[in-house]
Amino acid sequence: MIPAKFNYIKASSVEEAVDLLDKHGSDTKILSGGHSLLPAMKLRLNRPELLIDISGISDMKAISEDGDEIVIGANCTHKEILNAELITSDLNILAQAAETIGDIQVRNRGTIGGSLAHADPSSDYPAVVLACEAKIEVTGKKGDRTIDASDFFQGIFTTALEEDEIITAIRFPKVNNGNYQKFYQSASRFAVVGVAAVKNGNEVKVGVTGVADTPYRATAVEKAYNGNSDAASHATDGVEVMADHFADADYRAHLAMVYVKKALEA
Amino acid sequence: MGNFIGKSVKRREDARFLKGAGKYTDDIKLPKMTQVAFVRSPYAHAKILNVDTSAARNANGVVAIYTADDGCGQYGVPCGWQVNFKNGETMREPMHPLLAKDKIRHLGEAVAIVIAESLELARDAAELVEVDYEELPAVTNPRDAMEDGAPLVHDQWTDNAAFDWCIGNDRAEVEAALEAAHHVTEMEFRNQRLAPNAIEPRSYIADYDVNADKWTLYTSTQNPHLIRLLLCAFALGIPEHKVRVVSHDVGGGFGSKIYHYTEEALVTWASKEIGRPVKWTSDRSEAFLTDAHGRDHVVTSKMGFDKEGKIVAHLTDEYCGLGAYLSTFAPAVPTYLHGTLFQGVYTTPLIHLNVTAPFTHTVPVDAYRGAGRPEATYLLERMLSKAAAEMNLDQAEIRFKNFIPPFDGIEQPGYQTQVALQYDSGNYEETLKRGLEMLGYEDFRKEQEEARKNGKLLGVGISTYIEGCGIAPSAVVGALGARAGLYEVGHVRVQPTGKVSVFTGTHSHGQGHETVFAQFVADKLGIDMDDVEILHGDTEQVAFGMGTYGSRSLAVGGSAIIKSVEKVLEKGAKIAAHKLEAAEEDLEYAEGKWTVKGTDKSVSFGDVSLTAYVPHDYPEGLEPGLDFSSFYDPANFTYPFGTHIAVVEVCSDTGRVDLKRFIACDDVGNVMNPMIVDGQIHGGVVQGIGQALLEEVVFDEDGQMINASYMDYAMPRADDLPMIETDRTTTPCPHNPLGVKGAGEAGAIGSTPAVVNAVVDAVAHLGVKDIQMPLTPQRVWKAIQN
Amino acid sequence: MNITLTINGKVYTSDIEPRMSLSHYLRETLSLTGTHIGCDTSGCGACTILMGGDAVKSCTILAVQADGCELTTIEGMANGIEMHPIQEAFKENHGLQCGFCTPGMVMTAADLLKNNPNPTEQEIREGLKGNFCRCTGYHNIVKSIQHAAEKING
Repeated sequence: MIPAKFNYIKASSVEEAVDLLDKHGSDTKILSGGHSLLPAMKLRLNRPELLIDISGISDMKAISEDGDEIVIGANCTHKEILNAELITSDLNILAQAAETIGDIQVRNRGTIGGSLAHADPSSDYPAVVLACEAKIEVTGKKGDRTIDASDFFQGIFTTALEEDEIITAIRFPKVNNGNYQKFYQSASRFAVVGVAAVKNGNEVKVGVTGVADTPYRATAVEKAYNGNSDAASHATDGVEVMADHFADADYRAHLAMVYVKKALEA
Repeated sequence: MGNFIGKSVKRREDARFLKGAGKYTDDIKLPKMTQVAFVRSPYAHAKILNVDTSAARNANGVVAIYTADDGCGQYGVPCGWQVNFKNGETMREPMHPLLAKDKIRHLGEAVAIVIAESLELARDAAELVEVDYEELPAVTNPRDAMEDGAPLVHDQWTDNAAFDWCIGNDRAEVEAALEAAHHVTEMEFRNQRLAPNAIEPRSYIADYDVNADKWTLYTSTQNPHLIRLLLCAFALGIPEHKVRVVSHDVGGGFGSKIYHYTEEALVTWASKEIGRPVKWTSDRSEAFLTDAHGRDHVVTSKMGFDKEGKIVAHLTDEYCGLGAYLSTFAPAVPTYLHGTLFQGVYTTPLIHLNVTAPFTHTVPVDAYRGAGRPEATYLLERMLSKAAAEMNLDQAEIRFKNFIPPFDGIEQPGYQTQVALQYDSGNYEETLKRGLEMLGYEDFRKEQEEARKNGKLLGVGISTYIEGCGIAPSAVVGALGARAGLYEVGHVRVQPTGKVSVFTGTHSHGQGHETVFAQFVADKLGIDMDDVEILHGDTEQVAFGMGTYGSRSLAVGGSAIIKSVEKVLEKGAKIAAHKLEAAEEDLEYAEGKWTVKGTDKSVSFGDVSLTAYVPHDYPEGLEPGLDFSSFYDPANFTYPFGTHIAVVEVCSDTGRVDLKRFIACDDVGNVMNPMIVDGQIHGGVVQGIGQALLEEVVFDEDGQMINASYMDYAMPRADDLPMIETDRTTTPCPHNPLGVKGAGEAGAIGSTPAVVNAVVDAVAHLGVKDIQMPLTPQRVWKAIQN
Repeated sequence: MNITLTINGKVYTSDIEPRMSLSHYLRETLSLTGTHIGCDTSGCGACTILMGGDAVKSCTILAVQADGCELTTIEGMANGIEMHPIQEAFKENHGLQCGFCTPGMVMTAADLLKNNPNPTEQEIREGLKGNFCRCTGYHNIVKSIQHAAEKING
């Protein structure tokens, strides 16, 4: 399997990457871990003319504390996330999600920025990003901006990123009462249903991935919760549930309920 | 027992594999080698209106592009087995062209071969080949293929049947017995289509030498001589003595690398056309679409019982998909490798199987680990456990009631089945007894009852299987439609220094022949294993051979080697007698030397070997040399058997099955190397578990395969499984010199129904009677809901 | 494009197309054919190597991305004829049959044991889930890695 021809530039800074994106436009793709992009290119489902490799940009690699927040550079790998002390102590829900991604090799390469930008509707992080109300920090030709998690995911493989923008970091509040629950697809190990719940007394924020073509906040569950996990019955209220040969809509909706309940009770 | 037989000798193959020094076909690079990309159909069924290669021909680095119009159009790959219709009409046997002309009959069928200086350039150019298709309706389900008005795969016939076939007792008699039975258990199910998925994709390199007018084909095959024969005598019509087929290390086969594939013939043909080596290695997408698939039976079955639970009759009708063309062994799989196992290990007095085998718009279906026998075993073992549940009998009890009593095939005769075979030897109840002990069956039933009270769904499933290996003898299989013999060749060449080179026509692609064959040769000759080398996989080294499949290598190939070893010892004794000035009958052979009985006068194997090649002081009239080749044609199949038991816990919320324990007590006859036998069982068992829980090729209504990648086609991964608990009983095969039966497929044959029986047992109290494979979480959950 | 990288302690410099995957580079350009390609889309793990000490699937990394990196492939595991303890353990426990997935299994095991020197059976199984084996049913691979851990820990 060989991708179509492309040019490759290793960007050394965010500015350089953004300049290149701006200059080359829509035939350009950002390469980070590459674990979604390169297979698609090998199958010639995706054929960019230019790849801008941002994996070497070191200031996107940090995991740092900023007051009550934790800022995670977009280039951090899943492995770095699940091993970072700062995350395991103050944002363990994210480490839990990272641990369920792929396998050792994939976690050694795949990055949080790449995963979010790719916006696979069955990927794990979006549930956590939504439940934590994280903010996606992006840089583009017009400068920096911050996108709320709830605005970021817009559809299958579609986000609020402009063509000239890249994710530089994700800003999470510290979360101590959160958990991520996942029912995986037997072949890909992606989420058929992934549920992140962040509890605060009788309140909860619930992010759901895998169920709809866009990850979502289960607001109906949140409203009904008040400390009672039966609120899980609202897991798919107002949601068009996806179907595939592994899980049809009925079954998927049922799993969403079961996993929301698990997350509420964990 | 000797120094090596029966010992877990570590494998001599391992060093090269562990150091990355194995030599797989794709590892080979030849000077001036070109690379291939195929242009393949995106449709399952279509008319080819036009193929335009003009842009591609001008692309950078293109050496040649061929379509069916460019000279290879008259060639096709053959089928190796003929099964005629019940009414005597000849099997319908369509041409299987190397490249599709006019019509596409399965997804991924090749339309053009693009040969370029590099793989990158070949792929780029292949994209420039423009093919106009007119898509046509496709049929992929074998039962649908026999409906009136189903799209025809081959227009020259009025329906899609390639043949129909039956075996066993008179149908009316079986139906009458069912009518009179105390209880009839019925099932309707699909033994689903599987993709074999050897982790090494198929790879071929053809190298035509214009000066010698000779081809060398490096190929990832399980049977190099058979490929050479089919390639030369049928596919291309080229002289067999001018073709060398080499198959070094092969990364797994499981049946899928038995067959002669179109790509193999095409690169061979193209290499002469362009006068350069031509290499093609499948990618995984191509593997899903073009490696022969396995199984694909649609089954309707009835089994009648008396009030004690003894089987009185069994009637089954099946539609068995063959795919678009007849692959090498395809017609044998749902017939002689399948129906002949319908006796199982039971005394069923009346059996009838009726098979309709249609073409479908899919890649061909052929043997995949077990080939016909897993399908038979699944049917019997599910029926017995289902009947037990319906008749309120225990799964083990119903089997004990029906077992064929023990027989050794020597004192007691072989067991004549209702479906043509005579079993060699067996003690079926013993493996079940042993398996139940390993599980702690009584305790488990208590644990299960407790678990149910706590809302946990625990289940146990039993399967007591038999299979037939080392299919033979040639005269019989010939009468049944095989177009080849099924003997094996073993050649033992003793070198002047007493070192031994053994050439076998079987092929090792994971089975460890280089180690195991050396074990018994060393023991039989009383020499060290290090003095024995096993060679295979090259038609110019090995005289002939039929290859490795059907768990035949040791039972058939090993026996051929033993024949040659015996000839060596027989001739060696003549030389020894001459050297010792004694009569041959006064000698005995042990520990590598001939000794005059009752004396200390002896001569070693090495001395005799040297004398054979330096025959100065030598028996009169005896030829020099110590080098023998033998053909061994077995008297019968061999019949391994055993008991597999699975313990599962089903998650009531999600339907996901957690396999808690898997127990395999197998009887594969005498065991040469227990470590390797256990390894074969482990691997087979897990492939069978894969069928039960995970694997299935899924087509949509247009004939598109919707799960042709590892993102969608689920196979067992390490975290899906427990350790496999193994034990064995030993009932030697009475008709081959090593007393061996075969172990390669047993695991895959016995395990599938054990797992499904366990899952159904876990949820039986909720009213579930059956669940279709694979038992995905969704299917199990839905079964519980209904 | 020009790349320079260190593989098994040896420095290589090559001029390659950006679209060449690292696995193809190892196999085709350098003839290090011990790294196998089973699916080419990071599903099977046969192409696993160590990059900066971490197990990675070399089919899903461009060779140009490895510029300046230190790699270890299966060919670099043994010390001459002396096998690495993981390799030895695979041999002793019959952790391989056809050998095709084996290099990837060994390299993944190296990462696994580096980060978790005393893994439980379940941790080993989790650690291997990116690697398909179709021959062994994983049973003896798990045993091999358990045994390798004992060897390495002395």
